[in-house]
Amino acid sequence: MSLARRLPEVLVPALLVLATALLGLAVSSYLQAYFLDTLIKVAIVVGLYVFIGNSGVLSFGQISFVAVGAWTAGVLTVPKEQKLVLMPGLAHFLVTTTVGNVASLALAAAVGAVFAFAVGLPLMRLSGLAAGIATFAVLEITNNILNYETRIGPALNNFASVPATTGMWQAAVGAIICIGVAYAYQRTRFGRMLRATREDPAAAAAAGISIYRQRLLAFTVAGALAGFAGGLFVHLQPVAANDLFLDLTFITLAMLVVGGSGSLLGAVVGALAVNGVYSFFTAAVNTVDVFGWHLHVRAGTAQIVLGALMVIVLIFRPSGLTGGREFSLPRRRRRVADLEKARATT
Amino acid sequence: MILAFLNLTWPTFATALALGGVYALMAVGIGLVFGVLRLVNFAYGQLIMAGAFALVYGARHHLPNWESILLCFGVVLVLSVLMDRVVFRPLRTSSPAVMLVATFAVAFLLQNIALLKYGPLPRPIGSLTDLNAPWDIFGVQIKKIAVISVATAAGCLAILQLLLSKTSLGLHMRAASADFRTARLLGVRANRVIGTAVIISGLLAATSAVMLSVQAQDITYTFGLQDTIIVLAGVVVGGMNRPIPATLGGFSIGFATGILGGVLPSNQTQYLSSFIFAAVIVVLLVRPNGLFTRAGGTVERV
Repeated sequence: MSLARRLPEVLVPALLVLATALLGLAVSSYLQAYFLDTLIKVAIVVGLYVFIGNSGVLSFGQISFVAVGAWTAGVLTVPKEQKLVLMPGLAHFLVTTTVGNVASLALAAAVGAVFAFAVGLPLMRLSGLAAGIATFAVLEITNNILNYETRIGPALNNFASVPATTGMWQAAVGAIICIGVAYAYQRTRFGRMLRATREDPAAAAAAGISIYRQRLLAFTVAGALAGFAGGLFVHLQPVAANDLFLDLTFITLAMLVVGGSGSLLGAVVGALAVNGVYSFFTAAVNTVDVFGWHLHVRAGTAQIVLGALMVIVLIFRPSGLTGGREFSLPRRRRRVADLEKARATT
Repeated sequence: MILAFLNLTWPTFATALALGGVYALMAVGIGLVFGVLRLVNFAYGQLIMAGAFALVYGARHHLPNWESILLCFGVVLVLSVLMDRVVFRPLRTSSPAVMLVATFAVAFLLQNIALLKYGPLPRPIGSLTDLNAPWDIFGVQIKKIAVISVATAAGCLAILQLLLSKTSLGLHMRAASADFRTARLLGVRANRVIGTAVIISGLLAATSAVMLSVQAQDITYTFGLQDTIIVLAGVVVGGMNRPIPATLGGFSIGFATGILGGVLPSNQTQYLSSFIFAAVIVVLLVRPNGLFTRAGGTVERV
């Protein structure tokens, strides 16, 4: 498979993100918040995809890495003079250390990766439901500690005074970086080995692949992306620990499954589609015009429409909107169809 | 002596026992459906939430207690059957991950309907509140609801055990949860078994809803969510594939939560869930097939 033929697989998701950002720049500043939020969601869901999509193991722990990333980037960028006002119990070395925007994002990714690696070291031996519940336990513990530990952050308060550096460009570039890393990973031999264990664990193990090691690697890469996305998030709005908990876990998992958890395109499409619908109905609380027709809904409709829509998509397209396939040019798909037809007739 | 040393009192012990009992019922409700459908029903907590709001509704309209309870059972049962028919039945052949996410979606949907209808503020339960008054048992003050919860849980579990072991329907259900396809080949009717499991699971949800809402007294739209997560952890820790280990797992985690809540010094109670979930991780690492199942377990072979 030539590189040129493969290129759309990563270019199309990236272009979708770019188009979202450009559209976001064109609308009024009031609506821009929805586009920014969508781009952050893309970054988070792509991180989620790196582990769940490639390994086929369900993990609920991803949002804890987002939270840890947000805490890292947040606590390191609050202006020095405000640190002790906002976070009186903060540890000394965190009070004295303040870094810039880019450095804080890089550190958020690093801390996310280290945390994911440390957690994955014991947990990646598990699979199935045990893995699901164990990663859920990680999410609960992380949320519990971030909520009450005053030495590492604002505890139950939200992260006020973090410089709001995540604008449309930073969010878009951030999401595209995540897409690039995710694609690069799935094209390496490690990504391929992990996908092999997803399809048939016994055969993959028989071929000499260490399922544990490959899962741990993907978990760490996913942790880095999640931490990075958390950094972008905290630079966008004052988040609190409970914003990075169950609701976000459910919604991002739903995005991945609705889009199609088997492909990078699925992750991006799922995030864009689900958040698009959600934003539309949230905005419709203040009346939106659709082709000259005034639409007005009650607050809370967005969540209900989203829940119902998710159920419907899962019933009628259980493998997601993209069916778990990467983007491919129509020419190639026809060839595959011909091939199958030829095979069927012989 | 030992109780005093551990800072443990009889009321704490009774509360823990009551919580363990209710969690055991929820564990059976979740475990039964998992047994026949291989479906982890995350929306179980929202059934309980709906039942609790039925009680709130009953109290606001001055219904007598038994009518409120009847309403609670009705609402939960209808919702439970509806959930199975509309969502789980079409998804019966999908992968476990898709089914789990579908139950998330249902949970999310029901929770937000409740939020839209009742708003974010807690509602007092209103009915049955006198059950929180203590009874004097051998000089120890123990809440009535704790005693009732333990008794109800024990009664329900005994009836269920009889149903599963002595009736042919129970035999069918056990066969179906051991190996659904083979059971069908031998003449077990799939829809009947699944329907029964869903109804029993709904009844247990309604019973738990009454117990939990009297214990909690205030109901919000997230009621039952955290309990369901803890019970799910307990069920997996106990051993998901068999009803008795699953029940024991649910009971243990409820009991442990109750005891720890009473024993921990007050500056550490906020970290209660961390302690519980850390224990969950440790047990899963040591015994991934379940704490109360026979050692070894089954390894899937090609």
